[in-house]
Amino acid sequence: MSEYNFQILVCGGTGCKASESEEIRSSFVNLLNEYGLEEEVQVVLTDCFGFCEKGPIVKMMPDKTVYVRVKPSDADEIIKEHIVKGNQVERLLYRDPVTGTVVRDRQHMEFYKKQIRIALRNCGFINPEEIDEYIAHDGYMALGTCLTEMKPMEVIEQIKKSGLRGRGGGGFPTGLKWEITAKVPGDQKYVVCNVDEGDPGAFMDRSILEGDPHTVIEAMIINGYCTGASKGLVYIRAEYPLAISRLKIALAQARAYGLLGDDILGSGFNFDIEIRYGAGAFVCGEETALIHSMEGCRGEPTFKPPFPSVSGYLGKPTNVNNVETYANIPVIINKGADWFASIGTEKSKGTKVFALAGKINNVGLIEVPLGTTLREVIYDIGGGIRGGKKFKAVQTGGPSGGMLTAEFLDTPIDYDNLLAAGSMMGSGGMIVMDEDDCMVAIAKFYLGFTVEESCGKCAPCRIGNKRLHEILERITDGKGEIQDLDRLFMLSNVIKDASLCGLGQTSPNPVLSSLKYFRQEYEAHVKASHCPAGQCKALVRYEVIEDKCTGCTLCFRNCPVGAITGEKREVHFIDQSLCIKCGVCFEKCKFGAILVS
Amino acid sequence: MDMINLTIDNKPVVVVKGTTILEAAKSIGITVPTLCHMKLDDLGIENKPGGCRICVVEVKGRRNLAPACCTEATDGMEVSTHSIRAINARRTVLELILSDHPSDCLVCAKSGNCELQDLAHRLGIREIHYKGEQSSYRADTSPAIIRELNKCILCRRCEMMCNEVQTVGVLSAINRGFSSVVSPAFEMNLDHSVCTYCGQCVAVCPTGALTEVDHTGAVVRALADPTKTVIVQTAPAVRAALGEEFDMEPGTLVTGKLVAALRRLGFDYVFDTDFSADLTIMEEGTELLNRLKRHLEGDPDVKLPILTSCCPAWVKFFEHQFPDMKDIPSTARSPQQMFGSIAKSYFAGILGIKREDLVVVSIMPCVAKKYECGRDEFAVNNNPDVDFALTTRELAALIKVSNIKFRLLDNEEYDAPLGESTGAGVIFGTTGGVIEAAVRSAYELYTGKELPKIEFEELRGMEGLRKATIDFNGLPINIGIAHGLRNARKLLEDMRAGNSWYHAIEIMSCPGGCIGGGGQPYHHGNVEILKKRQMALYREDSNKAIRKSHENPYIKKLYEEYLGHPMSEKAHHLLHTVYFDRTR
Amino acid sequence: MSKITSVADLKKKKEQVQLNLGLRENSDAADTHVQIRVGMATCGIASGARETMNFLVEETRHQAIDAVITQTGCMGFCYAEPTVEITLPGKEPVVFGHVDKTKAREIIDRFIIKGELADGIIPVNFKTIDEY
Repeated sequence: MSEYNFQILVCGGTGCKASESEEIRSSFVNLLNEYGLEEEVQVVLTDCFGFCEKGPIVKMMPDKTVYVRVKPSDADEIIKEHIVKGNQVERLLYRDPVTGTVVRDRQHMEFYKKQIRIALRNCGFINPEEIDEYIAHDGYMALGTCLTEMKPMEVIEQIKKSGLRGRGGGGFPTGLKWEITAKVPGDQKYVVCNVDEGDPGAFMDRSILEGDPHTVIEAMIINGYCTGASKGLVYIRAEYPLAISRLKIALAQARAYGLLGDDILGSGFNFDIEIRYGAGAFVCGEETALIHSMEGCRGEPTFKPPFPSVSGYLGKPTNVNNVETYANIPVIINKGADWFASIGTEKSKGTKVFALAGKINNVGLIEVPLGTTLREVIYDIGGGIRGGKKFKAVQTGGPSGGMLTAEFLDTPIDYDNLLAAGSMMGSGGMIVMDEDDCMVAIAKFYLGFTVEESCGKCAPCRIGNKRLHEILERITDGKGEIQDLDRLFMLSNVIKDASLCGLGQTSPNPVLSSLKYFRQEYEAHVKASHCPAGQCKALVRYEVIEDKCTGCTLCFRNCPVGAITGEKREVHFIDQSLCIKCGVCFEKCKFGAILVS
Repeated sequence: MDMINLTIDNKPVVVVKGTTILEAAKSIGITVPTLCHMKLDDLGIENKPGGCRICVVEVKGRRNLAPACCTEATDGMEVSTHSIRAINARRTVLELILSDHPSDCLVCAKSGNCELQDLAHRLGIREIHYKGEQSSYRADTSPAIIRELNKCILCRRCEMMCNEVQTVGVLSAINRGFSSVVSPAFEMNLDHSVCTYCGQCVAVCPTGALTEVDHTGAVVRALADPTKTVIVQTAPAVRAALGEEFDMEPGTLVTGKLVAALRRLGFDYVFDTDFSADLTIMEEGTELLNRLKRHLEGDPDVKLPILTSCCPAWVKFFEHQFPDMKDIPSTARSPQQMFGSIAKSYFAGILGIKREDLVVVSIMPCVAKKYECGRDEFAVNNNPDVDFALTTRELAALIKVSNIKFRLLDNEEYDAPLGESTGAGVIFGTTGGVIEAAVRSAYELYTGKELPKIEFEELRGMEGLRKATIDFNGLPINIGIAHGLRNARKLLEDMRAGNSWYHAIEIMSCPGGCIGGGGQPYHHGNVEILKKRQMALYREDSNKAIRKSHENPYIKKLYEEYLGHPMSEKAHHLLHTVYFDRTR
Repeated sequence: MSKITSVADLKKKKEQVQLNLGLRENSDAADTHVQIRVGMATCGIASGARETMNFLVEETRHQAIDAVITQTGCMGFCYAEPTVEITLPGKEPVVFGHVDKTKAREIIDRFIIKGELADGIIPVNFKTIDEY
């Protein structure tokens, strides 16, 4: 069908764009025109290949040769050698850094695929509203294996062996959790799927439910079989209408096939699932709070022990796992615990889904083996920092996590490393910050979230976080004093030490880590009333640089509050008492005549 | 029994498995400070939400501090209750709580009785390092209870009382985070809710967030008004508790000093609610016997069991929660209201004054009595039978403000004719007392024989739900007793389901009965105090010459001179009432 | 729908469904229709995936292209929503990003009809569980 014999794919990902991919493309196009090959060869700009470190990347089709670190000047050689003569350009091929051998095509370029999709395996591949498509992709096979070939304890053994840990934040070993629930005696037990995803910027659970609801259903049935529960509950925030509607369709289809209900697959095992709606309180992600919310009580945590595995929903043994944890289960059964355990690090097995956000080029949902470094995630998958800016920090674990600086870029991501670095895995939000971000303001943002989302039950979290936020507000308003830094530190530690649940015990992490790694920014705010990133409005001044102002009146005309005065072709002036620091003058000025200080 | 070995502050301690660190520490004389925690042992009431975090202690090997009140001791545990880390956290948390609390201790109703104030004193807080915005909520005043939520520290005791102990379900925490507060649903006012005004929330509030409506000013003004004759009645449970306000041992009976103090305050006549308690027995007992008689005659329409109706919170409770059963309780008014009604008719007649010129004050262990005396049906031409109901605590405050040295007062006697009472009237103040008083009279009136033994031990105790069968000369009478509205609810639901059958049931809203009323001196979680008050009432009873209501000479005289006979038309008019369906 | 009452049933079902959906698994299959999948998770819909999908349905019908258009979940490329995956008969699937109506028309005209590639391809940068 194609009229072209060759296609040249030039990586146009924003990471590569910064390194001249546009120029590379035009050199190809120009040269092809020159050589009269434009009818035979098509040049196409693609998105990021996910190997920005070696970018720009050029891929030759149909033979799939990949060239790395291509410069515009290389276009000529590639056309002459590869297209005309059919020879690969050796010097542009990728060499394995360990063995030094040349890697010739994409099929062998393992490095180039940093991601492995286990939990997301079906997302974006199958129609989530068709159970048949799920079945075509091994759906419910794991359930079949468990129900007909394995005893509950054997399944639990496999989950334990796989090394799977809870993907919701704490990282508790999943198999062990199942085992505890299984061993507690009880006439009625429950398994609960936690879909109270609430970290700012995290949406992996929603995506999985929207893209592959049956995997969660299948895993919950297996969970029920293992623990002796006949009832499953999905606690989902009402803000997820599409996930809810897909889940409902999936439940109905599973029931129609008899995969939910009595005597599943002729095994004699009965199980069904109900949906419970949450109002989207962040704290209801904490399992005891979640259970209270499902019981119709105020969504607030209670002291553990007793753990839900012993006394949970309605006082019955209850196993709570989140969506992503469940999404791994069928694969572990189908591909084997050993297979799963071969991925990841010693203590953190398998993959983790992250929602990449912030000042990064390829904002999106990724799934990488645990042990992947932050650098690989941010640069190779995320395509680097937007606008070619400098990386400053990355926040993992949402409001409960800490900020990790450049020194941690090569730290392999796993539960223990993140904790040791003062952050945590959390549910997988990953927010990247660049040089323009003020760390004090970021800490304030997260504290603001915690203050909003604290349930208010225990005093350190209810009042302490409020006070922390007030101190941070003071600092970003330029009203802080140096003693405030000590107050932040001491109060943060007490809140961590004395709070009732995980929310309060981790909420000061953004403050503590930013204080640790960016103390000079705090000091600049309180000592010099200066926000180094220029983000704290109260500390920013916009002024006209007289030498540069041409009197074009653009700033004057765009200022929303009339703070700028000046005649045509004369130097303009910003009245500081009226200025609201919106920055419009700075953006509009074509002559760089607005000074931000 | 599994035993656990641990050390607390380097002292070894052996406790039963399941013991909390707090209790283990207590067993070796270490008192870890607490704030939200409260335990009333024998009543099975415990509040430990683990919310205040004041009791945090350091446990070796543990990542964070442990709340002593809800952490179970485990074998080999090494606990430090006063490490720098624990004390620093404890003090910081208290500072945080204080930073969101008005500092108007000097003019607070709870000053001197405030657990938060005590704690700040005990932990030596001299400065609050973290200041900031303070919570601000609308104050709410009801006929009996004032909610001043700026002083709420979210200990959740009131909520536990309202929901678990009383099953009234009015109070719960609402809003989130810093805005969290305990409130009726949708922040409605208490008087729009199904609140019974039992006052147990007030009784356990550690701060001044929940207090009773103060009527002392109105009483003082009435006493100062030369055109008014001001008389006072004192409820049975007051005499067993008032002494505590004057640093006397709990359980000290101060009946004589109480009377003396009231005279000093300027009351024209000092009477006793025990008198009208005896009157209640006459009416309620007669009602019981009537119903019993009709029942034995095979009348299918007769309502049995008869339920007592002395407790205003209980009355409001069934009006809201069990309106379908509102014709089961006795129609007899409570002793407070019988007193008011008789005072403003019979006694006003004796004095030859108009009812408007007679002011009736009652001293009650109860905050619901404030609400009860304001009920429309207990007024004639808008003039209430009882004008003001003061709590035991308010009376103590009034005595203090009037420079009366209570402990030095000589005992004085009640005035006649409404001051004479029997032992039966006295025990109205404790759980089991009303029904025992009723049985004493009903037995004799029914059988025509004298009681072989006047005390009914089988009706006494602190169990929340008690059952007993009394032999009425061959006729077994089934008695049920409940105190605490959860127990009342259970009894009613059992009855409704047909699971149990009683002839008579006594219900009191407050745990322990009126001795544990919401208007009594604060027990601060010490259940021993309640037990001592109970014993005091039984002691007072056994010291009385006359111990059966129907033998009270002034009661007999009242019937002869004025009412005719129990359940007479006049008695019906003055001493009985009707109930309303409050479900709307 | 008939019930699946045993593992044998389930396997039978799987084979039968795979046969029906065969195209994607078996690029050698004789099917000649174009498979189009539109990422229809919340993120995609919010960026206009529904309009894109409606346009693709209309336009392929209008141009009499033998295409099967289905919805699917999030492909993970949030920065490039709406995303559309197109599988030409016998070819590997290709994912395009930022597919608004204009882009969709370009894809139909150039890629589906002429077989030329178009800018904005998102390369597959992950391994599936079967590849690992």
